[in-house]
Amino acid sequence: MRRRLFDGALVVATVLALTFLLLPLVAIFLRVPLGTLVSQLGSDVAVDALLVTLETNAIAQALIVLVGTPTAYFIASRQFRGRALAITLVELPLVLPPAVAGLALLAAFGRLGLLGGTFETLGVTVSFTKAAVVLAVVYVASPFYIRGAIASFEALDQPLLDASRTLGAGPARTFFRIALPLAAKGLGAAAALSFARGIGEFGATIMFAGSLQGVTQTLSLAIYAQFDLDFDVALSLGALLVVVCAAILVTVKLLPAWTRSSSTSIFPFAPSSSS
Amino acid sequence: MDSLELDIHLPLRSFELELALAVGRETFALVGPSGAGKTTVLRAVAGLAQPSEGRIVLGDRVLFDSRRDVDLVPEDRGVGFVFQDYALFPHLTVEQNVAYGGRSRAAELLDRFRIGHLAKARPGQLSGGERQRVGLARALARGPGILLLDEPLSALDSHTRAAVRLELKELLDELDLPVLLVTHDFQDAAVLADRVAALAEGRIRQIGTPSELITTPADAFVASFTGANVLAGTARPGAGGLTEVELDGGGVVYSVDEAEGPVEVAVYPWDVSVAHDAPDDSALNHVRGSITSLVVVGNRARVQVGGLVSEVTAASAERLGLAEGDVVTASFKAAATRLVERATSAR
Repeated sequence: MRRRLFDGALVVATVLALTFLLLPLVAIFLRVPLGTLVSQLGSDVAVDALLVTLETNAIAQALIVLVGTPTAYFIASRQFRGRALAITLVELPLVLPPAVAGLALLAAFGRLGLLGGTFETLGVTVSFTKAAVVLAVVYVASPFYIRGAIASFEALDQPLLDASRTLGAGPARTFFRIALPLAAKGLGAAAALSFARGIGEFGATIMFAGSLQGVTQTLSLAIYAQFDLDFDVALSLGALLVVVCAAILVTVKLLPAWTRSSSTSIFPFAPSSSS
Repeated sequence: MDSLELDIHLPLRSFELELALAVGRETFALVGPSGAGKTTVLRAVAGLAQPSEGRIVLGDRVLFDSRRDVDLVPEDRGVGFVFQDYALFPHLTVEQNVAYGGRSRAAELLDRFRIGHLAKARPGQLSGGERQRVGLARALARGPGILLLDEPLSALDSHTRAAVRLELKELLDELDLPVLLVTHDFQDAAVLADRVAALAEGRIRQIGTPSELITTPADAFVASFTGANVLAGTARPGAGGLTEVELDGGGVVYSVDEAEGPVEVAVYPWDVSVAHDAPDDSALNHVRGSITSLVVVGNRARVQVGGLVSEVTAASAERLGLAEGDVVTASFKAAATRLVERATSAR
């Protein structure tokens, strides 16, 4: 009797939680007929926002992977003074409120900021341009990639890297032929998470880049802007983001499953030991 | 002439590895319990571990010399390393694994190690013996000056182990290279190696052929590691030129070896016979006790009598009707009784 009561309580809690998490998403799709949702995606605002989002995020993700991968490999494979500090610094933007991140970027790269004068003499304005959107996305999304990449590189079997060295491959060849291919799935999962964080970016972008349609107005910013003007457009943009984010989540879930089947978490960050 | 000479100091967590070795064109085994520092020796030769001081020379090439500040990186050392569990690259085919070190000899090696038919297979699809052959072929692809094997048989189950061991011996015998292997199993070393060094806590206790280690163990550690019964006792000269040893656990045994003071008595299981009644034969040493365990492995039976293990044929055990709990007499000759130094800390 007591056991059935307990099991019942668990089921009720689970149903409650799942319903609460799912209901708002379902509501987006129920509020407006599907046909309207799709037709609203053709509006100027929506197309501009989609293009800005794709362009800035493509550039930002390329920068994150290009610089983040060697950074993560260095941190994962070397013992050096300040290693723990480096990892903490990488994680700092994860816990920083996005508004503070935007403010900080403005203070560093804005016209009156730390490096603003330098940029101005070079004839470059960063704040309230597409470049500002890219910087904001890189700032808030890169920790997701770098952390995941560190975990993937740390999980590599050390004897495989040692074997490569004894077979005549230097550190660079070992990285490209062994470490990178073996960590590829983990890196893919980390990049997908970082991408999801990037396209959802709002706070830092609106502070640092503003919300100019066709220039810096991304999907998230467009939803906020359309919220007062045309709720249907806001809803259709929201629906689009729900679909994209769900697709990313599924990708992340499937990627590690090809290598190992144990993980149920989308955060492949659990410290792993190598023998 | 290719040969390896090393003389190194290398601090480990709880002791310092301190040893000197010379390996010619032979198979040389470092044996010892796990944690004795065996693998670290291989890693030092390969450049994967840095000695604090010393010198490692392979043929006419200096790989490491702390005094002259020489420390070649692993990729320049020209050593073939077969890792424990083989460390085959899982994302590459057998052929790509072997060709990773050197493309030119890959086809020949695939043939020679009879893995040509597996060229397109991934390591995950191979049996233990096949993996080992791929690991060997890969390690030899660059034409190394020495072959290093880390616990080559530990990844195998006991079924395939004996067969793979013989196969490995044949392959090693065909190589015209110094081979340095480490194993925690003296039997493996005895089958594979021409010479053996027993290592405990970073130091070599004895170097010799496998049979030398068995017939004249340098100390109790070597004796027990090679499979002997080891009993502590106190020796004093006895009648007839024999040494009389009063065992700490009670009883007296005799040995032809000369010793005085605290010693350990080493006697191999196959030199101990068992009977229900004290036999009237040439054996001088008799220990009476009950059989605490009797395990038959194939055609042999291992009989435990008190602190002694006796190994007899399964047929004898059956003929005598031996069973656990029986009170029997274990006998061994004074001539088969070695007296060795008391073991220090390592057993």
